[in-house]
Amino acid sequence: MSRDVVSFTVAGQLFGIPVERVRDALSGRHPTPIPLAPDDVAGALNLHGRIVTAIDLRRRLGLAPPDAAQGAADGGKGVVVAQGPDLYSLMVDALGEVLPLAPEGRTPPPPDLDPRLGACAEAVYRLEDGLLVVLDVDRLMACRPVVAATAPGRESPKDPGAAS
Amino acid sequence: MTGNKIVLMDDLLREFLTETNDSLAVLDVELVALEQNPDNPELLGNIFRLMHTIKGTCGFLDLPRLETLAHAGENVLGKLRDGVLEISPQAVTLVLEWHDRTREMLLVLEQSEREPEDDNEDLIARLDALAEGGTAAAAPLNEPAAAPRDPGLASQSIRVDLGLLDDLMTLVSELAVTRNQCLQQLAAEGDGPFSAPLRRLDRVVARLQDGVMKTRMQPIGTAWAKLPRIVRDLSLELGKEIELVMTGAETELDRQLIELIRDPLTHMVRNAADHGLEGPEERLAAGKSARGTIALKAWHEGGHIIVELADDGRGVAVDAIKQRVVAQGLAEAAELAGLTDRQIMQFIFQPGFSTAARVTAVSGRGVGMDVVRANIEKIGATMELSSRAGAGTRFLVRIPLTLAVVSALIVESGGQRFAIPQLAVAELVRVAPGAEHRVEQTDDAPLLRLREHLLPLVSLAELLRLPGRVGGYIVLCQAGACKFGVVVDRIVDTEEIVVKPVAPILRDLPLYSGNTILADGSVAMILDPHGIAAAMSAPERGRRILLVEDSPFFRNLLEPLLSGAGYRVTGVADAAAAMALCRAGQDYDAIVSDVETPVRGGFELAEMIRGGTRWRDTPMVALSARATPREQVRGRLAGFDDHVVKSDRKALLGALEDMLSRARGTA
Repeated sequence: MSRDVVSFTVAGQLFGIPVERVRDALSGRHPTPIPLAPDDVAGALNLHGRIVTAIDLRRRLGLAPPDAAQGAADGGKGVVVAQGPDLYSLMVDALGEVLPLAPEGRTPPPPDLDPRLGACAEAVYRLEDGLLVVLDVDRLMACRPVVAATAPGRESPKDPGAAS
Repeated sequence: MTGNKIVLMDDLLREFLTETNDSLAVLDVELVALEQNPDNPELLGNIFRLMHTIKGTCGFLDLPRLETLAHAGENVLGKLRDGVLEISPQAVTLVLEWHDRTREMLLVLEQSEREPEDDNEDLIARLDALAEGGTAAAAPLNEPAAAPRDPGLASQSIRVDLGLLDDLMTLVSELAVTRNQCLQQLAAEGDGPFSAPLRRLDRVVARLQDGVMKTRMQPIGTAWAKLPRIVRDLSLELGKEIELVMTGAETELDRQLIELIRDPLTHMVRNAADHGLEGPEERLAAGKSARGTIALKAWHEGGHIIVELADDGRGVAVDAIKQRVVAQGLAEAAELAGLTDRQIMQFIFQPGFSTAARVTAVSGRGVGMDVVRANIEKIGATMELSSRAGAGTRFLVRIPLTLAVVSALIVESGGQRFAIPQLAVAELVRVAPGAEHRVEQTDDAPLLRLREHLLPLVSLAELLRLPGRVGGYIVLCQAGACKFGVVVDRIVDTEEIVVKPVAPILRDLPLYSGNTILADGSVAMILDPHGIAAAMSAPERGRRILLVEDSPFFRNLLEPLLSGAGYRVTGVADAAAAMALCRAGQDYDAIVSDVETPVRGGFELAEMIRGGTRWRDTPMVALSARATPREQVRGRLAGFDDHVVKSDRKALLGALEDMLSRARGTA
């Protein structure tokens, strides 16, 4: 039996979230930043009268910073998921289609999969044009804080004078 | 119908519990009233009837122990009603004990769905003894007075789940905000085809909001229900004669607020009984009646409920407060000389302040007026104190009608908008060159000179680390005893906003009390004046911390924690980067270093620093995963002043606070 996921890309990687977990998809919605919030919180936005906390998925997953990836243009695109009574919008680079995933396509996670990514992945599928990582929303929300480790220049973003 | 006690935890039992608890609450109040008015047959009749109903339902539901207990209580009441027994404090105390025991049993019944095993022999024996004591021939009263119930009232009300009402309230608040957005649009675009329907919608929404608000209203008397009993018990305990006069108990208030106001009010009444009122001799000597009065009053006034608590006791002794203030080091005698009596009285709201000469069982156990005031302000209420020596003390508490919608000032800083609850805003001040109010710079703390007063200032942009500091306006805020100015770029508007809690991921940020959707549909954070005051008054405000931590995971965990506590944090990954900062002439108030860093470790870093660099006297805290004794010793030897387990946030903040205040003390 195949399953449907909402697909999207972050830092060049194709991801999916099971359709039944997705409440909405946003485009051109720029969240209001929240000062002092953790790095991976992009801000908050209003979705039909409810406040949605926007999560910077790139930072949460510890993926390469935008300038190193293609399609870094910030299109305000997000996948809205619910956790308990709260809504979160996972901000992504590009939204894709709803893809049916056949059980035969499922492959074991490749050995070189980033362990942080692996911790939030529910399954990996092989598609014609590459791998699709299905994210487990609950584990993704629980795995904070995970932040880009390899990004130079983000050592102390709050104190530019401290660059060594 | 009887016998199925286990199957009963359904609606029937739940109904019984609710109803009986309600009856018990009424009994509690009426018994105390009866003690004061023994000659009121109506009151006595009502008490008897309530008790009889409880007994009857217990029997019906096959709860034999509760029934037997109720029977013994009813027996005594019957004798009291028939005038066979005298209504004495002893009798009332015993019946109150019956009331308490029954309530306890109901609680167990509710939790375990089973009647408690206790046979209550002792209490029943004492109740019986009292009943027997009246006359020898005491036939148990089996014929109840017919319990005339009022069927009219019962059939006109239904029980509604509180969660449902809360949901409705949220939805209606949402609707009101959407309505505001429409109206704003209408105002901007001028009349059109939608003008008339929108105005109608406006009226309907207003009425709907009113109606839903009313469904959540409860008389404030529900928060007072236990007070007569408390005062009665206190008067026996303290040996004082106290009369509690309550007026305006029917004044209605949002039920959520009633829950929140209950404890502070109870504490204030206790305080009044314990500290406020004198003993009978002292009162008589002062030419007053032996009996002291505590008067509780509530009324509705312009969008607020006012609760007044007044006693006719000794009043606040300003001189005693002065002595205490000086003794406890809260202020210097010279400072006090310049204050009015009213200002001096405000010291009773200071943390840790107590004038009670001795600690009684009633109050003076550390929970002071500061806590009461903090709890009252938490719900957006304000509190005033006035007093005249010898004549009494009066507290005025001003409570908003509801919590869900508050009036807020919308300000802008660094290009972003924020909401500040109006209740906390005392005044707005424009600062410009040549304006009447001046900002003075002392060291690095700016102060506002306003009508002979100097107030601390904080820039919102700086506090929130936002770019651009225009700072044309100062919002004077009051949080607890703290008065301070918040510098913002622009005052945008005032708006009625719906307060929504922030997502769990943001709950650690003390500066926000919630978030909201503004009339234009954008999201704004609601600033918490108490959080701002805490960030400002922390002695380490703006202190610079150097964080040496190789794991980005922990660095990103600790940095927000430290900056949330008001520190300015510089994070580096290793000892080499830290030493580079040292050579570059940077200074910090404290250094927090992981001692498990690879390459050159934290211990080596400490040794290097202590070896004669410009940082040799800077306090240092070591961080490690477990802080084993061996690591601790090694840390001390290397030059660390303290050692904290990495995951223990509180310990880290505590250690920093400690060593920074120590450093300040010796400076």
